[in-house]
Amino acid sequence: MNKIWLIIQREILNRVQKKSFLLTTILVPLIFPAIIALLIFIMVKEMESAQPDTVLVVDESGKCTLDSTRRFRFIPLNAPLEEAKKVFQQSENFALLYIPNFNLDKPEGFTLYTRENPSIEKIESLRAILKDRIHDLKLEAYNIDKEVLKKLKDEISLQQFNLTETGEEKSSNSGLLYAAGFLLGILIYMFVLIYGIQIMQGVIDEKSSRIVEVIVSSVKPFQLMMGKIIGIASVGLLQFLIWIVLISIFSSAVFAFFGVNMPQQEMMEQVSRQMGDPDVQQAMQAQNPELMKLFQQVNNLPVGKITFVFIFYFLGGYLLYGALFAAVGSAVDSIQESQQFQFPITLPLLIGYLGLFLFILRDPHGPVSFWLSIIPFTSPVAMVGRIAFGVPDWQLALSMILLIGGFILTTWIAGRIYRIGILMTGTKVNYKVLARWFMMKG
Amino acid sequence: MVPAVSAHQVTKRYTSQLALDAVSLTIPEKSIYGLLGPNGAGKTTFIRILNQIIQADSGTIEIFGEQLNSNHVNIIGYLPEERGLYKKLKVGEQLLYLAQLKGLSRKEALERIKFWFEKFNIKDWWNKKVEDLSKGMAQKVQFISTVLHEPRLIILDEPFSGFDPVNAQLITENILELRDRGSTIIFSTHRMETVESLCDHIALINKAQVILEGPKKEVKSRFRSNTFLVEHSGNSLQLPSDRYQIIQQTTVADNLYETLIRASETVKGNQLIRELVEQTEVHRFEEKLPTMADIFISLVKGEGDEALRKHLKEV
Repeated sequence: MNKIWLIIQREILNRVQKKSFLLTTILVPLIFPAIIALLIFIMVKEMESAQPDTVLVVDESGKCTLDSTRRFRFIPLNAPLEEAKKVFQQSENFALLYIPNFNLDKPEGFTLYTRENPSIEKIESLRAILKDRIHDLKLEAYNIDKEVLKKLKDEISLQQFNLTETGEEKSSNSGLLYAAGFLLGILIYMFVLIYGIQIMQGVIDEKSSRIVEVIVSSVKPFQLMMGKIIGIASVGLLQFLIWIVLISIFSSAVFAFFGVNMPQQEMMEQVSRQMGDPDVQQAMQAQNPELMKLFQQVNNLPVGKITFVFIFYFLGGYLLYGALFAAVGSAVDSIQESQQFQFPITLPLLIGYLGLFLFILRDPHGPVSFWLSIIPFTSPVAMVGRIAFGVPDWQLALSMILLIGGFILTTWIAGRIYRIGILMTGTKVNYKVLARWFMMKG
Repeated sequence: MVPAVSAHQVTKRYTSQLALDAVSLTIPEKSIYGLLGPNGAGKTTFIRILNQIIQADSGTIEIFGEQLNSNHVNIIGYLPEERGLYKKLKVGEQLLYLAQLKGLSRKEALERIKFWFEKFNIKDWWNKKVEDLSKGMAQKVQFISTVLHEPRLIILDEPFSGFDPVNAQLITENILELRDRGSTIIFSTHRMETVESLCDHIALINKAQVILEGPKKEVKSRFRSNTFLVEHSGNSLQLPSDRYQIIQQTTVADNLYETLIRASETVKGNQLIRELVEQTEVHRFEEKLPTMADIFISLVKGEGDEALRKHLKEV
């Protein structure tokens, strides 16, 4: 036990002392928000400064006058289509829109000529403009006043409440749940993959530098493997923790700069107000009802449960896959050789990841989502993505027990391959060889 | 005296081949024991079993009279044939880590490292990374890591392969010193010069079996062929051909010759001397014992079957 601790210590120090650790730990929380901010900034700028595209219009119906918008400038052409085409080809205009003399009940035959393939988004906005115009024409034709029609329409928003067993109403927000599931699921996927590969790299380094034989003459191969896995996990958790702290500091600094309280602080205030003076609370609510609602919804999420589940699956998934990555590292002599064995390991992880988008976030309680979050290989990503939507306790318990069983199983299998693999250099390894190693006695 | 290692009927089978076939060995304490044999004979397998890296299928091993167990890890120092160090790690940290894995406390380890750094005159190496060291320098570090915890049993697998002559000399000196201080040293090698000069006991392993074991002197005398080397002046030697056979004669200098004579089994050295001094002036007379290389090659190639059979009969 003492020796495992030494190995864990060594693994942590090896990584933490590297300059690259310091760099990624400090830069990631700065770089990611910075990149996102930069992209948004560029997008906004581009939209502001964008020149409207000129669209030449040949209108044979004579009733389809289009008003220019910020995106499109419409220039009517009083010429037959063939001639208009020539004009368009000689110009540098964006497109030529042909409107035939159409039947209002069955509007057909609209054609758009362009030089190159325009983005779907531009086509859609052009189509929308045309549709609106025809819509207006129809209103006129049926003698309906636009103003009257506007009054008939109401803005309806659907307020969501979950009716719990105790009959208590809880405000919920599917968008928020989606965001939470999405973020947590991706975090687990990335953590398992990145640190799993680090384990593999570490094992390969030890094997190819031949230090491993000296080490296993001092400790059992299984101890070495576990020490490495736990050590790297600790580094990962440490890095994660630092990121959270840094992001909080960074974001509060940014919010402070823009004169806004940081969200955590607002939440705290809101909680204290709920308990306290109802007048103040009402005043707050009146001030910014939308924001208040969001905070209330965040508050209604079972944050404690989600955090617990997240950490559990974070570690469980990591241990399950980490052992397999260690086994792969022990079997090969170089990182290039590892590709063939990496794929089958990452496949179930990838299935969980894809399942997150295709099933879990769309239909968190469907049968596929259920199975994905129960089977140990996909459950770390899937369950964490599902948890915010509310998972029955028995499902959660089953999934957790299976995950523990799963990682004991993979660690056992990996340990058996590892103990033989680390001493076998220069062998051509395939699955048959791995199976033989697994069966081999000490 | 309790032997350092006593192996009894140790057998190890890999899927396709038998690596050790009922190997029994006794390695006396404070000896320098040569484990000889061609590549693939099973030496490394035996050594790995001693180090508990792998387990024997059957048979027993006792270390200093005690059944092999996990505590023994800390009293064994092992230098594998395929060796290496953590490339990115500093020399000092590396040694500290390896010593702690062998059960030393941090404080003890630091003291011992200081001792060896002074001994090898490498005091300023603590902060050097292994990847920045020359091969010879890394070899020194490797050797220190093997003996840092003052193991009672030191196992060196092909210790001189890849060592330059200066380092090999340094290591040899230190091995002898460690032996004098009470350590038992096991060599695995197929280099006969090493065995000739260093080992006092040997075992020859071939095709998974021990075919010869014992003190070096005894083994050599077992394989003596009653051959004598005589340096003399005057080249006309007349020896009775029923008892003597002149194998080879070379001219050393003007009127000085070296003659290799094989006597029949019943003839003693003194008898030959008596016959020689009547005919010529003897400058030098010695019994020509087989070198370990001779024994090794003849046994492994099977040419020594006769001698082997004779030897086995004696045993």
